[in-house]
Amino acid sequence: MLSKYEKELIASIWERLTPVAKDIGSEALSRMFATFPGTKTYFSHLDISLRSPHLLAHGKKIVLALVEGSKDISSLTTTLAPLQTLHAYQLRIDPTNFKLFSHCMLVTLACNMGDRFTPVAHAAMDKYLSAFAAVLAEKYR
Amino acid sequence: MVEWTDAERTAINFVFTKLDYDSVGPESLSRCLIVYPWTQRYFGGFGNLYNAEAILSNPMIAAHGITVLHGLDRALNNMDDIKNTYTQLSELHSEKLHVDPDNFRLLADCLVVVIAGRLGTDFTPEMQAAFAKFLSVVVSALGRQYH
Repeated sequence: MLSKYEKELIASIWERLTPVAKDIGSEALSRMFATFPGTKTYFSHLDISLRSPHLLAHGKKIVLALVEGSKDISSLTTTLAPLQTLHAYQLRIDPTNFKLFSHCMLVTLACNMGDRFTPVAHAAMDKYLSAFAAVLAEKYR
Repeated sequence: MVEWTDAERTAINFVFTKLDYDSVGPESLSRCLIVYPWTQRYFGGFGNLYNAEAILSNPMIAAHGITVLHGLDRALNNMDDIKNTYTQLSELHSEKLHVDPDNFRLLADCLVVVIAGRLGTDFTPEMQAAFAKFLSVVVSALGRQYH
């Protein structure tokens, strides 16, 4: 459950990160590949070395989706409908991995925002990422 | 037995040398109680946990956070036998404190986030991986005596 304050906080954080979407996204992915090597199995078709063009492009895509979702959190199911279909029928990423990515995104935010990533922001962001992941997995079965 | 590369040992030791226990301990435990509020169930006797501000300024939580963080020292000093290092603490958490072992992982995740905030970009993906591996071994050791 996200309060109005938390939704605004989340939206403002993602809005501020939009210009560095590719940096934030690729860093979160790199952290995930290093910490949870099993996640690399979904990327055998890409060059996932640090800051590779593939990784920057892919990281940017993911962050821009997080930005878009944050603009109207109560409408996540509508906003993410195409991505739901993609993940359910084509990508079929095991949803446990969404949790792993979410954790690495929180770490990335902490590294880049320092003190501004307050406990309240941390809690709100964790809730948002969990909700986002849950919606992404909705069409799986 | 867990195998540690030299790079991993170096990374883990580095993190510990940078660790301000008196600040990171309280903040990690506070974040755990704020981000995962159900963990507050184990802290009924700790006074005011009503909201984030209360938790962050609660001296009992702060003291306990420092205690818990120092609990990692024994793993750092026994990296080649972390499993057995926590036998008694595992029994304590299971038989006396009745803590769901899932909670160890939640606290570990919060600790990683706090350390990331302190070290910034010095906390590289490789450092995160080594430290996360260390914490997962500790978490597993703490859960061993549950039955």
